[in-house]
Amino acid sequence: MIEAKDVYFTYRNGVEALKGVSVTIKNGEFVALMGQNGAGKTTLVKHFNGLLKPTKGQVLVNNVDVSKTSVATTSKAVGFVFQNPDHQLFSETVEEEISFALRNFGFEESVVEDRVTWALNLLGLVQYRKTSPFMLSGGERKRVALASVLAWNPEILILDEPTIGQDYQQKEKLRQFVLQMRTQGKTVIIVTHDVEFVAECNPRVLLMREGKIIADGEARTILTKLHVLEQASIVPPQIAQIFLQLPELNLPNDVIDIYEARKLLLNILESKTE
Amino acid sequence: MAVIEARNVTYTYPGGTKPSIASISINIEKGEFALITGPSGCGKTTLCRCFNGLIPHFYQGELKGETSIAGLSVADHPIHELAKHVGFVFQNPENQLFALSVEKDVAFGLENLGLLREEMRRRVDWALNLTGIYDLRERAPHELSGGQQQRVAIASVLAMQPDVIVLDEPTSFLDPLSAKKIFEVIFDLNKKLGVTIVLIEHRLDLTARYANHIIIMDEGKVVQDGDPREILNTEEARLVGVGIPKAMLLYQILRKDGAKLGETVPLSSDEMAIMIKAALRSND
Repeated sequence: MIEAKDVYFTYRNGVEALKGVSVTIKNGEFVALMGQNGAGKTTLVKHFNGLLKPTKGQVLVNNVDVSKTSVATTSKAVGFVFQNPDHQLFSETVEEEISFALRNFGFEESVVEDRVTWALNLLGLVQYRKTSPFMLSGGERKRVALASVLAWNPEILILDEPTIGQDYQQKEKLRQFVLQMRTQGKTVIIVTHDVEFVAECNPRVLLMREGKIIADGEARTILTKLHVLEQASIVPPQIAQIFLQLPELNLPNDVIDIYEARKLLLNILESKTE
Repeated sequence: MAVIEARNVTYTYPGGTKPSIASISINIEKGEFALITGPSGCGKTTLCRCFNGLIPHFYQGELKGETSIAGLSVADHPIHELAKHVGFVFQNPENQLFALSVEKDVAFGLENLGLLREEMRRRVDWALNLTGIYDLRERAPHELSGGQQQRVAIASVLAMQPDVIVLDEPTSFLDPLSAKKIFEVIFDLNKKLGVTIVLIEHRLDLTARYANHIIIMDEGKVVQDGDPREILNTEEARLVGVGIPKAMLLYQILRKDGAKLGETVPLSSDEMAIMIKAALRSND
């Protein structure tokens, strides 16, 4: 569980990135953190694995204050996958990349071997075991970064902009993967601008603006509230945009899912034709 | 008239074992808004490097076939010559901006053209106004937001008054509202000034509505080329996995269910909403 209590954070250059953020994320939750560029999203999630410590306020991960413990300890529970995989990858082969953290955490060699194989399989990287990460495409490098974090099986997973530069099929795989993590009871937090991806995954959504959380709720509730979305520089997903333009039909005003849209529209189109 | 013409273009990067693009033949007409899409690694970016001369003048490797821009053979003209005809905007504007003020950045390319001072002033102001950043002209580009920076990059290219502007995923680092505003600026340039636009994008939900020509690539080849309403509605497009816009998907599944919707396939939520209203009216 993650608890942020009235967290403020000021960077050394004087930029106040967080101005009183309070939020609780329970075990097994799936959360999307959204908002305009510079709203403080990445700064906030960096507090969740101890990379940053609050200037004021408190962040607890599994009831332990991140300011009073090492990043190494916190990150064993909280895996963080960066926006740009090149900020994370450094090894000569994919295999070494994935085993690096495992050895650092002191796992036995046989466990390291098992975990590496498991992670390579999960992310479809088996054929690249001995390849240099830098020979791979951007999308593949992102998967290596993800595999190297998953390998140590953290209970909380943070993905910063996982869909940037990913094509449709890769996004679909990512969605399946996140769902799979959820069935294993893991907590998944994504930082993203991708409204269509969020609409398909239907997580809890936190909207940020200027260092504060301005809305918190189910995706369907938040992604259909035009006035708050605008404050956070978010455009509603396409299905919501269609429904928001049809107020005279008295349909529910919180539809973001295409299959729900289909059912509602079929009903109304059929009843009118009869 | 075709402003971009590729004939049987095949290209292999140095050290590559197989071509990144193979036997590509396309025409992009003057004034079109062309969208190039396809799965990662399909060769979109490589193809566009053949338009501005980076291939073959910067990247070595093996090039076959012929590309021409505004009637000029790309292989026979140096990059700076081609830059008068085709401007490029990249994913990350930070890589493109370097001057101390916005207007200096926008003027930079013009200085190299050897224009008169008044003509330069006129073009810089014109480009700043069109992209909506005239008020930012004295600011330092690195102090601006990502969306503002991308406008500066577009203004810099626009000031050169090229025939074509090629944009490679120009909004992937921007929040959705800033992205939408950028696409509207681009669409405006296309509609009002007739600048030919070539946009490389994965996210068709955001961009299909602007296009009147779509090219889908897969594994180095062009697999579909034509009108977005027709092409995106085909089974082939779905199979390549390009991410059909949600509004169009909804139209497709409703039609399959027997709903009586019009024949014109919608590319945007606005068009879909209008279509539903029309269907209900005609049934009253």
